[in-house]
Amino acid sequence: MTETSRGLPERPLSPHLQVWRWHITMACSILHRASLFALYIGVLLLAGWALSLASGPDHYACYTGLLGSLIGKLLLFGITVAVFYNVGYIVRQSFWDLGKGFNPKTADMTGLAVIAFAIVAAAVTWIIAAATGAI
Amino acid sequence: MVQLSLPKNSRVQSGKHWPAPAGAKTVRSFKIYRYDPETGMNPRWDTYDVDVEACGPMVLDALLYIKNTIDPTLAFRRSCREGVCGSCAMNIGGRNTLACTHGHGEVPGKAVQISPLPHVPVVKDLIPDLTLFYAQYASVEPWLHTTTPEPQKEWRQSPEDREKLDGLYECILCACCSTSCPSYWWNGEKYLGPAALLHAYRWLIDSRDEATGDRLDDLEDPFKLYRCHTIMNCAQVCPKGLNPAKAIASIKKMLVERVV
Repeated sequence: MTETSRGLPERPLSPHLQVWRWHITMACSILHRASLFALYIGVLLLAGWALSLASGPDHYACYTGLLGSLIGKLLLFGITVAVFYNVGYIVRQSFWDLGKGFNPKTADMTGLAVIAFAIVAAAVTWIIAAATGAI
Repeated sequence: MVQLSLPKNSRVQSGKHWPAPAGAKTVRSFKIYRYDPETGMNPRWDTYDVDVEACGPMVLDALLYIKNTIDPTLAFRRSCREGVCGSCAMNIGGRNTLACTHGHGEVPGKAVQISPLPHVPVVKDLIPDLTLFYAQYASVEPWLHTTTPEPQKEWRQSPEDREKLDGLYECILCACCSTSCPSYWWNGEKYLGPAALLHAYRWLIDSRDEATGDRLDDLEDPFKLYRCHTIMNCAQVCPKGLNPAKAIASIKKMLVERVV
């Protein structure tokens, strides 16, 4: 870094994400961030729902109509997956807080388990919703 | 700060191709990061086609073969060639490891891609500037702190207490773990990183050390310790099979336990 005073150019930064071959645990961690972002969107949608409910039957019908469209349903399904991913990830983190599950192989497995749980639980939720006529 | 792309002066361009000599039987390409501060040019990827039957099995053997027989300008650090010194740590096939203990046959993909340890300033070719890394190691004061009068002979320790240092004292400070950590990439100036924290823990649980409280006070900071989000890259890549992620979790636990 002091090299610049000798007239040499500033040192380049070595490649990082550009070269890294991802680990399962790394992907799980970034997915957790993504799922948190999805939850923010979910809360905004919920707030919008409450607003539409308060502003009369026309607005409510319009809002639920939007959410009931194919894109709306896909979004809601994504948020359902994110909710369950968060639940699973928090359970995984609780074990870490106890000092357990740090073996890389174990952490890979628990990470995959959380992903599988999120998808299955979200699917089951939607199947139940469909069976009971909620969607 | 999170910056996903490389700064302008760091973008790697395509470079030279060094074909294998005629008559080479088993050829494997080595795609190697090159940077020469003297030229003022951006870094580049050079590709060397190596007759792997003519060189030894490890990545370091291949690097030495390239330096000795193809291109003497290639710069890298190496010393012990048996995973003890930590000098030849670099990114091989997308993962940090030691070139001397990693076989080039183990690297997946067509070409063996080799670049310096990630997200650090590059001095030349595969040589990273680890000034910050060493400063962070020094900042955890990695030596015995005592207040009681020095004993006549040595500071004694039971075999059980000595066992607590296993899995920690073996660290060779190669920097594979810290430079594998995305949290360290984005917050390296403030977050101590896996290696320094593993050493911090090594002194925290040393039964002979008498500065546990001060050490914990020093780490109770939103950045130094708590930037660890258990991404686990450190434990995934440690060439000595150590687990910095677990050591960091143990420090977090100690901080909670002393309040409860």
